[in-house]
Amino acid sequence: MTNASQAQPIENAIREFIAANLLYSAEGFTYADDVSFMQEGIIDSLGVVELVAFVQKQFGVIADQQEVAPDNFDSVAKLAAFVRRKQGGDQAKV
Amino acid sequence: MQFSKKSLNLDPSLETDRIVRFIQQNVRQTMRRSGGVVGISGGIDSAVVLALTVRAFGPQKTVGVMIPEKDSDPISEKLARELAAKFGITPILESITGALQGFDCYRRRDDAIRRVFPEFDDAKGYKAKLVLPPDLLEAGTLNFFSVTVVKPDGSEESRPLGPREFLEIVAASNLKQRSRMSMLYYHAEARNFAVIGTGNKNEHDQGFFVKYGDGGADIQPIAHLFKTQVYQLAHYLGVPEGIQKRTPTTDTYSAPQNQKEFFYRLPFETLDLLWFALDHEVTAGEAAKVIGLSEVQVQRAYDDITRKHRTTEYLRLLPPVLPPAASAPAS
Repeated sequence: MTNASQAQPIENAIREFIAANLLYSAEGFTYADDVSFMQEGIIDSLGVVELVAFVQKQFGVIADQQEVAPDNFDSVAKLAAFVRRKQGGDQAKV
Repeated sequence: MQFSKKSLNLDPSLETDRIVRFIQQNVRQTMRRSGGVVGISGGIDSAVVLALTVRAFGPQKTVGVMIPEKDSDPISEKLARELAAKFGITPILESITGALQGFDCYRRRDDAIRRVFPEFDDAKGYKAKLVLPPDLLEAGTLNFFSVTVVKPDGSEESRPLGPREFLEIVAASNLKQRSRMSMLYYHAEARNFAVIGTGNKNEHDQGFFVKYGDGGADIQPIAHLFKTQVYQLAHYLGVPEGIQKRTPTTDTYSAPQNQKEFFYRLPFETLDLLWFALDHEVTAGEAAKVIGLSEVQVQRAYDDITRKHRTTEYLRLLPPVLPPAASAPAS
C-alpha cells in the first residue's frame, strides 16, 4: 500500500481530486493507491469523464479515447504512471 | 447447471401465461386499475408489452400511445401503427415537441454540443449523438462518452466530452423520457388504468433508463427478460416482422444511434449469453469455450456488466426515508 506523501505530488493531486469531486468525502481518499476504481465503485461513466478532464487541466495531459482504459485510469497508481509517461513523452505503454 | 448457447431459450407459451397473470393480478387486485397504458415506440420491447397487455385486458382496456418529438425517426410511428393494427387497438398520437420546446430541451442540449463543436447548427442539418468506444471485447477501454456530429455533407466527427457538457446533454435529453412518462400517466389516470413499463432486464439491471422517465411505470412485466428472450416472445406473440427486424435504437438523439454504440458495446446475442453465464457463476474460462471467445474477452465483458450494475444502483433505489426517531424514554 502506498500513502500520500510530499514525494508524490501527482498521486496527492489525484487523491485530493477524487475525494473532493467523486467521493464527496470529508475523510479524504482512504483507499490504497493500487485499489481498482472500478471494482470499488469509486468512479462511474461520469467519473471517467471527470478524470480525463482533470488530468488535462491539472497536468496538461490529453488522453486519446483508446488511452482511456483500465491500464491507465483504474487506480491512483496507474493514473499517476500514465501522467508521468505522457509528460515524459514515453508513448510505449499508452 | 450446464451452460450452453441454448441457455437463454424459454418456453414462450408458458412465459406469456406467467406474465399475463402477473399483470392481471397486480393491476387489478393490488392497484385496483382496470386496464393498461403502454407507450409504443415502434421498438421490440414496447411491442411485446403491448401484446401482453392486450392479452391481459383485451383491446378495449389497452391504450397504446405514440409519443414522438422532432428528433424521432418517422419509421417509429409507422411501425407503432402497424403494431396497434395487428393487436386491434387504435393508437393515440401525442407529439411532445411543443412541450420540449417549452422546457428549452433542444436549446439547452445544442448549447452544450456547441461548446464542443462550435459549428453545430441543427437548422443547417447538423445532427448529433453520444457514443461509447466500440469493441468492448477487443479493447479494455472504459465507458468514456464522446459526442459524434453528423455534418450536412454526411461526414462524421467525434470529440470527447467534458463533464459539464456530458451532464448538460444527458440532462436535457432526459426531458424527453420524462415528458413521455407524464403523458402516459395522463392517459392512465384519465381512465383509471395503470402505466405498463417496457424495460427489459438489460435496461433495468444495467441502468439504461431514465429515472422517473421510461423507468417510471406502475409495473415492469418484462424486466426479468434478456433482450434476446424478448425477441423470442415477440416471435411467439406475432409482433410485426418490421419491428422484429429493426435494430434496437435509442431514438433520442437527432443522429441515428443504436443501443450498442450508446450503451451496451456488444451485440445482444453475445451480451445476453455472457450475462447469463455471469449470473449463474459460470467461470470466464468455461463461458469462453461455449461462446467462442477468449477468456480475457469474457472477463472484460463480466467486468463491464458488473461495473454498470454497481454504478447505476441509485437509479433502482426508491427515495430513502428516515425511520421515525425512537420514542423518548419515559421519565
